[in-house]
Amino acid sequence: MSSIVSVRDLRKAYADGFQALKGVNLEIAEGEILALLGPNGAGKTTLISTVCGITVPTSGTVSVGGFDTQTDFRKARDLIGLVPQEINLEPFETVMNTVRFTRGLFGKSRNDAYIEQILRDLSLFDKKDNKIMTLSGGMKRRVLIAKALAHEPRVLFLDEPTAGVDVELRKDMWDVVAKLKDSGVTIILTTHYIEEAEAIADRVGVIAKGEILLVQDKADLMAQMGQKQLKIEVAAPVTEIPAALSNYGLEADGTTLTYTYDTNGERTGITTLLNDLQNAGIQMVDIQTQQSSLEDIFVGLVKEDA
Amino acid sequence: MNLIAIQSIYRFEMARFFRTLTQSVISPVISTALYFVVFGAAIGSRMENVEGVPYGAFIVPGLIMLTVMTQATTNASFGIYFPKFIGTIYELLSAPVNFLEITIGYVGAAATKALIIGMIILATSFLFVDITIAHPLAMLAFLFLTALSFALLGFIIGIWAGNFEQLQLIPLLVITPLVFLGGSFYSTSMLPPVWQTITLFNPVHYLISGFRWSFFGTADVPVGISLIAIAVFTGACMTAIWWIFRTGWRIRQ
Repeated sequence: MSSIVSVRDLRKAYADGFQALKGVNLEIAEGEILALLGPNGAGKTTLISTVCGITVPTSGTVSVGGFDTQTDFRKARDLIGLVPQEINLEPFETVMNTVRFTRGLFGKSRNDAYIEQILRDLSLFDKKDNKIMTLSGGMKRRVLIAKALAHEPRVLFLDEPTAGVDVELRKDMWDVVAKLKDSGVTIILTTHYIEEAEAIADRVGVIAKGEILLVQDKADLMAQMGQKQLKIEVAAPVTEIPAALSNYGLEADGTTLTYTYDTNGERTGITTLLNDLQNAGIQMVDIQTQQSSLEDIFVGLVKEDA
Repeated sequence: MNLIAIQSIYRFEMARFFRTLTQSVISPVISTALYFVVFGAAIGSRMENVEGVPYGAFIVPGLIMLTVMTQATTNASFGIYFPKFIGTIYELLSAPVNFLEITIGYVGAAATKALIIGMIILATSFLFVDITIAHPLAMLAFLFLTALSFALLGFIIGIWAGNFEQLQLIPLLVITPLVFLGGSFYSTSMLPPVWQTITLFNPVHYLISGFRWSFFGTADVPVGISLIAIAVFTGACMTAIWWIFRTGWRIRQ
């Protein structure tokens, strides 16, 4: 699939000398959902702001749909919708008018039927004549999405779209994102919620200290980097690991023995471990396996970089 | 040129004006009416004519100018400062619009608001004083140019301001004194020679003088110089705005 967003050696240093982006390279395929994970201050928002034109890069280039965001900014920005992290809305304006305003700002002629459809999709239609200040936090977030979609963008940036919203609304947002993807919109979202990336992303990028540590297909990432654990319930508590089992790196916690293994290794060592446990006279009661989550992978990567 | 974007910004700003009609229109009209009552009717009736014009009528151009300059500045500064304050500026910065389009939208709306209020005050003045306008077209042109140039200044102030206090600072401490000392309520020929010379350094003096000429056909300074003064002032403001958007000063990180 071809790239719709291409970021090349992007650097951003602020006036105080802080380097928010240190040579970021990123290719985003058309129609995918890319989740950017990173701790606070990693450079996620700076990256999005720079692509969208809010922040001026120190060096490097960004193109969207083949258009350079600096030299051909009109065509590039025309393709981009942005949902900011903060709920930035004119409080005294109505929902309909504020969405209409955004559409006009992008040079698109008035199309109330289209805007009404967006509002219906986002369950905002019955609030269209309400002033923004009367809406709940969740509704305001939806208004931000409606505004970002008002000019029919092909690429949508969502900067922590579910920060501070309840679980139910978060799942609603995921449904909205899934629908957008189905309609062909490319989505880049930053999030603190690992389960969000795990639930909706096609690819996952990890950014820390202004550098992209990895960008990979989510399933591949979890398969490649995921570690599995074998939990063995034994009949009697194990206080000391027998010498014959010392090579397995077992961890004992009462009647539970935990064995961690790499799914990509040539041999997992499970068969020999089970044999050795039997030979050591340890009676097994139950066995279960556990796959490490994206969160474990993320924490591992960021720790490695620290 | 993204004309639809200009139109959207303009309409959005004008909607704010009509949403707050009491604050936008009624309060400047009432305060101007008070000026007419106090200076025009009460004090003016006991004063001699100024340059052959009754004092009540003489102050009309100055009062209109005072209001138009103040309104153009405050409306434009608030128009661009408010999106900065509430964070919606991100929309402008990420939209396919350039500095000229943003400026035309905001400054155009602010100038229109000031013109509307200026015209209302002119209409109000007919209730208090007997006045005829010698050069109506020139009057409209001066009014338009003044509203435009001070809206540009207000736009710069709105970008510069870091808080609401700073937003009020320039209109309160600079523009109002310049308007009062620029001959709004008197002819500079009434001043001692030293003050007449000092007044020549006040740019607002040229605007008021030109505007008064359009009403009564007499002016403190030649009309051509007034026009040049407005052109220089407008050009300086446009240059400053162009530089602001080129460098991203105070708006783009």
